[in-house]
Parts: sequence; structure tokens; C-alpha cells
Amino acid sequence: MTKSPEQLEQELKRRSKAAKLEIWGRVVSFSALILIVAVVVAIIGFVASKGLATFTTNHVNLWDFLSGKNWNPSLTDAHGKPEVGALSMIVGSFLITVLSAIVATPFAIGTAVFMNEISPNRGAKILQPVTELLVGIPSVVYGFIGLSVVVPFTRSVFGGSGFGILSGTCVLFVMILPTVTSMSADALRAVPRYYREASLALGATQWQTIYKVVLRAATPGLMTAVVFGMARAFGEALAVQMVIGNAALMPQSLVDPAATLTSVLTTGIGNTVMGSLQNNALWSLALVLLLMSLVFNLIIRLIGRKGRLQ
Amino acid sequence: MNSKVQNKIAIGVLYGIAGLVVLILLALVGYILVSGLPKVSWHFLTTPAKAFLKGGGIGIQLFNSFYLLILAMLISFPIALGAAIYLYEYAKDNWVTNLVRTAIEILSSLPSVVVGLFGFLFFVVKLRLGFSILSGAFALTFFNLPLLTRSIEDSLHTIDDKQREGGLALGLSRWETVTRVILPAAVPSILTGVILSAGRVFGEAAALIYTAGQSAPALNFMDWNPFNISSPLNPMRPAETLAVHIWKINSEGIMPDAKAISSGSSAVLVIAILLFNLAARYLGKRLYKRLTSA
Repeated sequence: MTKSPEQLEQELKRRSKAAKLEIWGRVVSFSALILIVAVVVAIIGFVASKGLATFTTNHVNLWDFLSGKNWNPSLTDAHGKPEVGALSMIVGSFLITVLSAIVATPFAIGTAVFMNEISPNRGAKILQPVTELLVGIPSVVYGFIGLSVVVPFTRSVFGGSGFGILSGTCVLFVMILPTVTSMSADALRAVPRYYREASLALGATQWQTIYKVVLRAATPGLMTAVVFGMARAFGEALAVQMVIGNAALMPQSLVDPAATLTSVLTTGIGNTVMGSLQNNALWSLALVLLLMSLVFNLIIRLIGRKGRLQ
Repeated sequence: MNSKVQNKIAIGVLYGIAGLVVLILLALVGYILVSGLPKVSWHFLTTPAKAFLKGGGIGIQLFNSFYLLILAMLISFPIALGAAIYLYEYAKDNWVTNLVRTAIEILSSLPSVVVGLFGFLFFVVKLRLGFSILSGAFALTFFNLPLLTRSIEDSLHTIDDKQREGGLALGLSRWETVTRVILPAAVPSILTGVILSAGRVFGEAAALIYTAGQSAPALNFMDWNPFNISSPLNPMRPAETLAVHIWKINSEGIMPDAKAISSGSSAVLVIAILLFNLAARYLGKRLYKRLTSA
């Protein structure tokens, strides 16, 4: 059977089945990607519009919100303005984040150095599986352990209720330790082997090699690990909420009940009416939380860029 | 000599630190298992929780956890797979791709409580889904998408470019190369990534408190019609998961044996995560052997 030239031309010009499939695949996979981007935009957009309502519809002064020390959205102060000062929670969040990172960093980097430089054998056999497993332990379990072990312990040592920033720091320290350790180990692993060989060949001791060569070369990676841990600590909600005591007061000492942005959010959002000032104020806290996580993201990017330039 | 002494001291200190960390971590797992395992029994795993009395179980919560996990995975896996394929196989290295990668990074670094609040606002309130399994599954999807996308992309990265060239040289289109050549080769490591992310989703609580809700209505396990309100499969019922249950009974619970139930539940959660981890390793290795005949 012969085909007329027109028929042949048509057949050749038509997209083949494979070409159609190719376009279909491209479109489908691209739309999945767009969906993820849309989700990110939607989250930021929704939380921002809700969080800004405190300032636009309820006319709360932004500075009063960030620097006020009294958190009592249902009451008004002497000037008839609502008491929505978030400073105590912002301070609480930053305090436990920084403290837990300060405690966790030496342990995490020390362990990473041990499993990478000193005893790679034991590192691979014991430390790595253990840290990998612990990265996956749910945060409520950490909170529960904090509640049943750490809180009674601080109570018996320092008196008071045992709830507070100290307990929160302990829980977060253990919680971010595996994450920071395994990321630090990755950073050390990325340091080329010949750096170490060159240093040892120059007569440096093992510690000198670690301290002067390996750690310096891995600094951007190690910093990323710590910032990542801090971001996780800052955003952690339930584990902290269970041990911090949930009193929205300016922290006077490490063993008094305090509050963080996340703890006030988890306890408060279900008890307020949508659209009310009390509710909007909580969304503003969520917005602060969101912006801080963007800042942490930015820091990690900057560190990464600097590390690449060197 | 001085530097040699220093060396010895420093290494001694590092031994100490590593030992201490192992001790802390083992004590943690040990405490969870020792205090929790004696409470775990068949009765504990299958009976519903009691609000005011002793002797409740975690049956419904356990079922809810698995059901939510499966739903969330069913929703998020195809999306993550598509996104990862596009990012790794198609996307050019330009500012759009960069922007998309940034967006994914932002999503992965968002605190889960913020994701949960967004889910509450959008699904529970705006779309009127109420506190339901469906809202929870969507929230978990958001939480899971960036992790899963990245892990699938990493899996695609491990496949040698020669395979792609081979596919193209045989006259396959790109899409056919991906679906017929690359994906089958990447299945073991994709599966490992999926199971590991399942472990994280399984233990997530903060994103679920205000989406899947904090109550576990009684279920009739003989009724498998998804449209009945007491059916376990009904996606529109509120569903407290195991992780949420631990949080709930510790912060607001009034049952007399809250502590025992929480330690039992914690042990179950940790063992589940452990099993996910082991399964990921085992299946990954086995599948790799079978598929590559190596």
C-alpha cells in the first residue's frame, strides 16, 4: 500500500507518540514543582496577612508589639491600648535557642571530630547509626523525657517549679545534638584527605592537624550545622512548650517559668476566636517565627556562599 | 615535647566528649525503652484511650498515625517525584531554578508549628474541612514535600549519566529515559528516602494539633465504608495521632495513669522509628541486589 505525498507529509509533521509523551511528562513534572512553590508562597502570604492584621486593623504600634513586656491581649493598659508586648516571648525564644546552641556546639563538634579523625572505625560502627537514629526521634518524646526527668531534676536542685528556660535548654540541647553532630561530621568528611597528609608530613601532631587545618577548612560547614541546629531549636514547639512553664513574663532567671513564641502559639491559638485581636496577636507571633526562620535560612546561604569563595 | 603533651590532652578530651555524648544518647533511648516497654502489651496497643479512668490504651491513636502517614505519603510522593524529576532531569541552571530551590529550602526550614497553623487557617477554616484526617494529611504533605523532593533528587543524582546517554542513544525521549531507565535504577534509594521520611512524618505532632485535631472519637473497626462517621477509613473525622496523644495527655490530660501511658506510647513511637530505619536499610540493600543483580 502506497501513501500519497500529502498523507506522508501529514504523518511526518504530526507529533509522534513519544514526543507527545515527552511533553506530557514535562508538563506533569513541572506542575508538581509549581505546586510546591505555590505552597510556599501561600504559607508566607497567609501568615503575613493574618499577622499584619494586628497592626493594620487593630492599630497596634509595631514598636509596642516588639518592645512591650506585658502580654495580655484580652486586657487594655492605662492608655486604653491592648497589652500585646511580645518581648518576653521573643527573649525567651532567643535565650533557649542561643543557650542550647552554646551547650550543644562543643559536644557536637567534639563528637564529629572523634568519629571522623580519631576513631573512624568506632565512629562508623557505633556513633553514626546512633546519631542517625536519634535525629528521627519525635520531638514530643524529647518533651516527655524533659517533663519526667529534667523538670524534676531542676526542681530538686534549684527549687521552684522546675519549669523554665534551664529545662527547655536541656531538652533542646539533647534534641539538636544528633542533628548538629551528623551535619558537622559531613562537613569534616568533605575536607580533602591530602590536607591532613600535608599537615602530618610537616610534622604537626594529630591535634595540631585537627585544630589548625581540618577545623579551619571545615568552618563554613560547621557553622552551617550550628545555625541549622539553632533554626530547629527556635522553631521547636511541643518539646519546649511541655517544659518551659508557659508564663508570658520577662525571664528573670533561668529557673523561672517563661514562654517562647512557639509555646504561646500552641497553647493559645485554639482558645481564641478567629479575627479577634487576641487571635491576630498570636498570628503576629507566628509571623515573627516565620521571619526568623527566613533569617536563619539567609544566614545559612551566606555562610555557604562564603565557604565556596574561599 | 610540649605539643605532644598537648596532643595527648586534646585527644583525651575528645575521647571524653564522644563518650559522654554516647552515654547521653544511650541513656535517652534506654530510659524510653526501660520505662516504656513494660507498659506495652497487646491490650495497650488495641484498646481505645480513656479520658478519666486508668487502663486506657492507644489503639485508635496508633491506627490514626498509620492512616495519616499513608494518606500523607500517597499525596506527597507523586508531587515530590514529579518535582524532583523536573529539577534534576529538565531544569536548566538559571535564576528560576534557583528561586525554586530557595523556595523548597524555605519550606523545609519552616517550623512545623507554622505549617500546622497555615493548615489550620487554610484547610480547617477556609476550605471548611474541619479538624479532620484530610486536613492533617495535607499539613503533613507540606511538611514532608521538601524533604522527600530533596531525597528523591539525591537518588536521581546517584544514577550514572551513562544510563541517560544510553537511553537517549537508543532513541528514547527524555521522559521515557527517566521512567524506563533512571527510575527503576533509582528505586532502592528512593524507597530508602521514602521510609526515612515516613519515620519523620510518623512522629510529627506540632503540625497536626490544629489540623487533624486533638480528639479520637470511637471507631467501629467492623465498618469499612469511608462515608460512615464511625468508620476508621472516614477521612473527615478528627484524628488524634500517637505523637499528639503524648503531648495532649501531658499538658492537659486528667487521666490518672497519664505518665505510664505516655512512656508506653513513647516507647512505641521510638520502636516504630527504629523499625522504619532498619527497614529502610534492609530493603534498600535487598532491592539494590535484586534490581542490579550485583
